Amino acid sequence: MELALTMLVPFLLLGVALWGLVRKVDVYDALITGAAEGLGVLIKIVPALVALLTAVYMLRASGALELAAQALAPVLGWLGIPPETVGLLLIRPVSGSAALGVGAELISTYGPDSTIGRTAAVMLGSTETTFYTIAVYFGAAGIVKTRYAVPAALCADLAGFTAAAWAVRVCFGG
Amino acid sequence: MSVIWSGMVGCAVFCGLLTGRGPQVAAAAMEGAAAAVELCLSMAGVLCLWMGVMEVMRRSGLSQGLSRLLRPLLKRLYPDFARDREVMDSISANVSANLLGLGNAATPLGIQAARRMSRRTPGVASDSLCMLVVCNTASIQLIPTTVASVRAAAGCAAPFDILPAVWLASALSVTVGILAAKVMGRLWPAEEGAGRLQRRRVGWNWR
Repeated sequence: MELALTMLVPFLLLGVALWGLVRKVDVYDALITGAAEGLGVLIKIVPALVALLTAVYMLRASGALELAAQALAPVLGWLGIPPETVGLLLIRPVSGSAALGVGAELISTYGPDSTIGRTAAVMLGSTETTFYTIAVYFGAAGIVKTRYAVPAALCADLAGFTAAAWAVRVCFGG
Repeated sequence: MSVIWSGMVGCAVFCGLLTGRGPQVAAAAMEGAAAAVELCLSMAGVLCLWMGVMEVMRRSGLSQGLSRLLRPLLKRLYPDFARDREVMDSISANVSANLLGLGNAATPLGIQAARRMSRRTPGVASDSLCMLVVCNTASIQLIPTTVASVRAAAGCAAPFDILPAVWLASALSVTVGILAAKVMGRLWPAEEGAGRLQRRRVGWNWR
């Protein structure tokens, strides 16, 4: 299982290349053409990410997340989410690496097989870095008016967190 | 987006002053801007590589095969683009990469779809584009390898025993995301969005 998972990307690359050869495609030329297009995309993403990460870093440094965590803890209990995971819940939509750090700490503090540890793991596995995704996609597409994308995505996140706590209770009891 | 960004910055400044962390906030602003460029550079190689792979898949007909497979589902989610082969191919590849847990590959493929979708409504997110973004912010990977490795590192004997719970939570989160997008699409009428704006633009061009 482990080896198969780590070899997934190399096998995919090999498979695509072989299939291309079978279908008589100039594989190398296609690869280079596509990669060159990637550079153009990258340049369009940079400004959006600069704007987003500036705001995210400021938010993290300001202690706003800790304040929000205190305010939210009682609400979480009502939703059935362990209050200990509130830090993870707030950081998850804005920073993937920070969320992984917070999650790893929860998992090692409470143990990977505790309800809190499992809930943290499921939360990490079933949600994404929402704001990063939005910035990258809309940045690359040159979208300024995002309409309802952010609130709808946050609804999905909240549902994911609540469902994570619920699913862990259903699958493992406790 | 302007309101959200200003809100985030306002919140940071206000809370920073409140908790006496003003200087840290000031430093963080500069750090964040620098980190964004670093992040872009670090993802540059992978992004280019997968865009290249996508081009090979397109030329060899692989992506067409994928989209034929996923079409019944995707044409319901993206009715506006059901006949647009390029967009459908990119979305199919994006969904497949997401399912395989290849986040690094899914992003460039999704971006390609987003860019093609935005051609119809420049500057404004159409309903389909919002749906694409919402689906990508709700993770749908089948095997969360990163989390499993964190659990294994913490001494877990069976790091993959959370899989059923992850699938349940992912499925619920995606479902809620899609429903929310559909409902909000009705509440946020497309007066400044899809279709109309483009028609107006075309009108100007004719004059």
